[in-house]
Order: sequence, then structure tokens, then C-alpha cells
Amino acid sequence: MNSALVPLPIVIPLLAAALAVIFVRFHIVQRAIALSALIGSVGVSIALLVQVEEHDVVKMDAGGWAAPLGITYVVDRLSAIMLVTSSLMLLIVLIYAIGQRGVEDNHLAFDAVYLVLAAGVAASFVTGDMFNLFVAFEMMLAASFVLLTLGGRADQVRGGMTYVVISLVASAMFITALALLYASTGTINMADLAQRIPELSSGVRTGFSLLLILVFGVKAGLFPLFFWLPDSYPTAPGPVTAIFAGLLTKVGVYAIIRTQTLLFPPDSQQGTVLLIIGGLTMAVGALGALAQDDLKRLLSFHIVGQIGFMIFGLGLFTVAGISAVVFYIVQTILVKTNLFLVAGLIDRHTGSSRISRVGGVVRSAPIIAVFFAVPALSLAGLPPSSGFAGKFALINAGVMSSQWAIVTVALIVSLLTLFSMTKIWAGVFWGEPESATPLAEGRTNGGPPLMVLATGLTVALSISFVVFAGPMFELAERAGDDLMNPSAYINAVLGGGGS
Amino acid sequence: MSVLLAFTAATLFSLGTWLLLQRRLTRIVIGIGLIGHGTNILLITSGGGGGIPPVIGKGDKGDFADPLPQALALTAIVITFGVTAFLLAMAYRSWQLTHDDVVADDREDRLIAASRRTDSDVADVEAAERAHITDSSGDEEDQL
Amino acid sequence: MRRSLVLDVSVRLLYPSIIVLSLYFLFSGHNQPGGGFVGGLAASAAVSLRYVTGGLEAVRRSFRSEPPTILGAGLALSVGTAVFPMLLGGAILEHATLELHPPVLGDIKVTSALPFDVGVYLVVIGLILMVFEAFGDDRDDEMEMVEAPTVPATSVREEYRALTQHTSSSTQHAAASARLEENETS
Repeated sequence: MNSALVPLPIVIPLLAAALAVIFVRFHIVQRAIALSALIGSVGVSIALLVQVEEHDVVKMDAGGWAAPLGITYVVDRLSAIMLVTSSLMLLIVLIYAIGQRGVEDNHLAFDAVYLVLAAGVAASFVTGDMFNLFVAFEMMLAASFVLLTLGGRADQVRGGMTYVVISLVASAMFITALALLYASTGTINMADLAQRIPELSSGVRTGFSLLLILVFGVKAGLFPLFFWLPDSYPTAPGPVTAIFAGLLTKVGVYAIIRTQTLLFPPDSQQGTVLLIIGGLTMAVGALGALAQDDLKRLLSFHIVGQIGFMIFGLGLFTVAGISAVVFYIVQTILVKTNLFLVAGLIDRHTGSSRISRVGGVVRSAPIIAVFFAVPALSLAGLPPSSGFAGKFALINAGVMSSQWAIVTVALIVSLLTLFSMTKIWAGVFWGEPESATPLAEGRTNGGPPLMVLATGLTVALSISFVVFAGPMFELAERAGDDLMNPSAYINAVLGGGGS
Repeated sequence: MSVLLAFTAATLFSLGTWLLLQRRLTRIVIGIGLIGHGTNILLITSGGGGGIPPVIGKGDKGDFADPLPQALALTAIVITFGVTAFLLAMAYRSWQLTHDDVVADDREDRLIAASRRTDSDVADVEAAERAHITDSSGDEEDQL
Repeated sequence: MRRSLVLDVSVRLLYPSIIVLSLYFLFSGHNQPGGGFVGGLAASAAVSLRYVTGGLEAVRRSFRSEPPTILGAGLALSVGTAVFPMLLGGAILEHATLELHPPVLGDIKVTSALPFDVGVYLVVIGLILMVFEAFGDDRDDEMEMVEAPTVPATSVREEYRALTQHTSSSTQHAAASARLEENETS
């Protein structure tokens, strides 16, 4: 079905970014534009989710050119779920950034670049065209380069270099993959590719499948390609790290899921490879986190670990597995954003993010401890949390497919995650602060009200995610069902008849 | 013709890769540029051989060059242009900060590696921790 | 700044002609080589020539609006053109053509891609102006380093020495970490 709403999640932030650049001298106006644009995107995304529930797939052809020729914007259930989650997180983190006063966060360019990032993320979810996906990625990455190095400090430049260079190499690989795909199939529309790729020989298909995993694996932080992530993310300003941790890697995972399920027929899907990569990614993330002393860096390693879980669910290539992944991605975005927002609060409260140096936060600011406990339990996957539901669904799917090895790894990794959460708890919240930690008087409320409000919102969201886990999981199951049976998607894009 | 182009792309890729492996940011920027050119040439070749100008050209359908890869290459060039500009700006910033553009090892990595080497000796562990504390005291201003 | 007479005079001549050329590129872009990006680049080349002769001041004098305003207006124009058809019930980026036959000027074809191209043109110019604002100022305090230079590592081996040398005595270790600190503290 055609819907005029489809391009709006991209267009609204982009237009707002333009306005924010024009009003660069008026800080209040900028903030108002950014806030209203992101509230608008949340509204549009929810409307899209409702439409998708009714019609399965909605689309719009850019310029009125039909699918194989023109660029198509498509929203199916997975895209709609991701859009809703990402726009909500972008809004909450913006509120947090407004609350946090600092040189970097009041940088003139912050709002405009942040909105471009929002547009890029939305474009990645909405596009139905491989080259347009590349453009969306570049939009998102270019904005993230700027956000990451906004302060221009030496460590930011150092972390930014790794990030920029590895992203650029991945982009070059992406273009290479596109060129080869176009040369062998004559199309770059995803739905059209899904029909043409089965005509290729199986070796070529496997090659493409692996090449795309490599390209998106860099962005997602898969096992051998993750090393840039813990180096660069912690150097960014607090809110920026939170949104990077919550969203950017997941966009990579989304691209892997989309391409693997849509483009490739079952016999060239890289199930085993993905399972092995997933297992290694989990293990590296959890083990790497154990060695860290810096709070943000420790959490960054856990981002890598969480990606491993998602890849594990995808690697099963069953409806149960993919549904679990969809559910898990949403809850991870919530939890990870939440944890990094709390890390920012701790940083601000104690003046350091080193676990060995801070302590006693549970007494000096109990609200931070509460805000940390909820997502930490989720991350470790303990029962009453949303993380438990996600991990349970994943492991259940693994058991159903009799993949015992990966299930064992996942369980051990969960234990290790719990261990490093305990390490943070014992180091940061209990114990005594090292030497004269600059605890300003009267900071027992945890920080500026807007920052606390934004963090509280993420906590509330992840709690409501547990309460509504049933309906959410049903939605995720429908999304997983769509992904494993992409014919509806292909028919919707190509206008029923196919080409 | 297309063998020549493929060879050019391969050369650009290999030179770019070699430059990427250097430790100096200026060389890395040049390497990124070369790889970008390589991918663009690859994109152009992916559309098959040459032909008469598409879209506006008047002639037989079969003689047209494929316009799509050209459009894609153009977009890719624009993006590479923007990102290279950003990289150069960062190299300049790096030079401003350190008068050098060598990419240093990650500081946290070195801290962790330094503390592991002293595990066998208790005295060394203590020394490492003392050094560790003084080392991290420097970044307090950053984080406030 | 030492200025060269030949350069000054030739740029005074070249600047308007390049701008006219860039406008030609801009307007012919919808079905001939050219377009907003190419036109913008040509105009930026003209601006760069002014920078070569008169420095940042000459660049600033060339445009009345501030660079962010130009860039933002261009982006807003482009995105607005993309969205406008949707208000009329069409698809995003859909375009239309208007053909005029005024008596003297001959046939004129206007496409709705033109405002989009004008937007791109403005974005490119705004971007270049911002680049000049950020990096074009060669005053001495800009050239100064932000902080005292650390001794740069001249070779990979030296860079890794703190890692690879097994320090048996604690003093050596302290020296190594001190060096590390000296390199890294910001």
C-alpha cells in the first residue's frame, strides 16, 4: 500500500536540521526546532507502526518511478518497530543533552548534526534500495564522526581516527559489493535483487552473502571487526555515547538481518558462519569487559557482547530465532541507552568514570543506583527484567534448533555479564570513594533535573517493556514471520506482478 | 578496455591498502582517497562497456551506456569528497594538538597491558596501581 | 600579506566569469552536464581564488549572508522541493516541467528539479565558506598549538616500547608509565 507517511521520518529531521543551521545563533530556537522535530518523528513512526499492522507493508516510490527503476521507501514490521524505538531514544537522549550543560553539549552545531544523525538512522530503516542504504549509512556516519569529535580533544581525535578510518574502509567495501552486485544482477533494488540473486551460481551467492556480512559487520561490531568500538565510543560526550551505543551498531545489525533474510535464498544463508561469529562476538564482549576499569569502556565491550546475541538469533534462521532477535534488539536499545545515560550521571556526580576511583554512590545519590540496577539486571538477563524475556526467547529458539554449543556459550556469557555488572555495582555504588572525589554539595538528587528525567524515562520504558512483554513479543513474532517469508515485501515493492 | 580499468582499480586498491596500514594520518587520508577512486572505477565498470550518452542521446536502445552506475559513482564521489575533507580537518586538529599525526596506541589498552605484565610480582602490582592512579588523575578536567 | 598585482587583476577578471559559468552549469543541469553540485563547486573555485588573493577578508566580503545561513537555506530549499509534491498528493521528489514560449527569448523549459539544484548549489557554497572560516584564518594564534608538543614517536617500535619491554623492577615500570602519562595526558 502507498502511504505518504513513509518518507516523513527522514524528511522531518532533515528539514529541521536545515532550520537549525539557519538559526545557528539562536540557541533556544535551535533546541525548540530539534525537540519538536523529534517529537514529530516519534508520532509519525507510531502512525507507521499502526499502518503496518493493518497492511503488512507500506511504501512510497520516490519521484513516482516504480520499483526496479526508482528508489523505493518501504516500511514493514521490522522497520516500523526499529523506527519507533530509535525515534523514542533520540528524543530522550536529546532531552538528556539539553539537561547536561557543558562545552560540547552546547556546541553550536550539536542540534543540526544530531538531527542529521536521526535522519540517517531513519533512512537506513526505511529504504528499500541498496545504494540508498549506502547513502543513509554515510549520512548517519558523517553525522556520527562530527558528534564523536565535537570537543576536539586529543583522545577524541585519537578515538575518532580509528572510527572514521574503519567506517570509511567499510564504506569502500560496501561500494565494492554494490558494484559487483550490480554487475552480476543489473539491479540494486532490494526486492528486485531478491528475485535475481537465486539465478546466480551458488558460489557467487555465498560470496555476496559473506561480503555483505563483512560490510555490515564492521558497523555492527562483529567479532574480528569490533576493535574500533571500545576505543572510540567512550571518548564522545555522554549523550552522544548513549545514542551511539543504543542505535548505531543496531543499524548495522538491522542491515545484516534485512539483507540476509530478504536477498538470499535459504541455501546460501550463512547460518553456521553467523552462529560461530555470534558466539565469538559474545565471548569477546563479555571477556573484554572483565578487564576494563573505565565504566564507559566496560559498557562498550558489552555492546559488542549484545551484538553477538543478536547474530546468534539470526544465525538460526528460524521464525522463533528471528522473532527473538527483533524483541532482543528493541530491549537492548532501551537498556544500552539507559546504561550509558546512567554512566553519564555517575561521571557527572563523582567526577570520574573509573570504577577503581569512585565509590559509595548508593549513599550519595540513591536514585542513580536505582536507575543503574534496572538496566543492569536486564543486561545480565535476570528474571524479572526485559533482558530475561529476550534472552529466554533466544535460548529457547536455540534449543529448538538443537544448537547446543551456542546455547552453552550464551549461558556462560550471561553469567560473565552478571559478574561484570556486580563488579560495577561493588566498585561504583558500594565501597568508599578514592581520595578526595569532588562531590559537590547538594547533589544527592543525582544531577540536573532534565538529565534525571530522561534517564528515568528510559527506566520507565524498559519496565513497561516487561509489563507489555506479551503483546511486544507477539508483534516481534509477526515481524519475524514477515522476515522469514519475504514474498509479501517483494510483492508490495514490485507492485504485485513482479518483474 | 575493461581489463585495463579492472587493473587500474586493483592497483588503486592495493596502493590504498598499503597506505592505510601506515601510522601517519596524512598517508591514511591519501590511502582512503585512492581506495575511493578504486571503488568508483569499479562502479563504472559494473555497468558494462561504454556507449552513446544515455537519456538525452538519440539512437538505438542497445547502444546506450548504462546511466545508473554513473549516477552511483557521482554520488559516491560526492560522499568521499565530504568525508575526506573531514579526515583532513581531523589530521589538522591532530597536528594542532600534538604537532604530529601519528595514530597512537589506545591509552586504556596500554594501561591494561601494563598492569598485566606485573601480575607475578606483588610489589610491581602495587607500583602499577600507584602509577595507574597518577596516570588517570590527568583526565579529570576532561570529564568535568 | 604580500600581494601580487598580476594575480589580483586576473582574479578580479576571473571571479565574475567563473560565477557566471557556475550559474550556467546550475541552470543547464537538468538535461546537460552540470547541475547544482558542479555549479556550486565552480563557484567555490571562484571563492578560493579570492581567498588566494585577499585572504579570509575577501571571502567574507563576497557574500552578505553568513555561511551557516547559506548552507541552511540551501538544505531547506532542497528538502522543501523534495517534500512539496507530497503536499499536492504526489510522491516524494516527484517533478514537473513547465515550458514557456515568450516572444523574444525562444523556448524556455523550467523543471521543478531547478529549486532542488539551487538548494544543492547553496549547500556547496555554504560548506566551502564554512571550511574557509574554520581553516582559512592564518593568524598566528590559530597556528599555535593548543598545548605543548609531546615528543612524537618516530617509529613503531618506539611507540610500542612501553608495552613490549618486560619491566622487572618497579622503578623501570614507573618510568614507563610516566612516559605513557606524559604522552597521553590531555
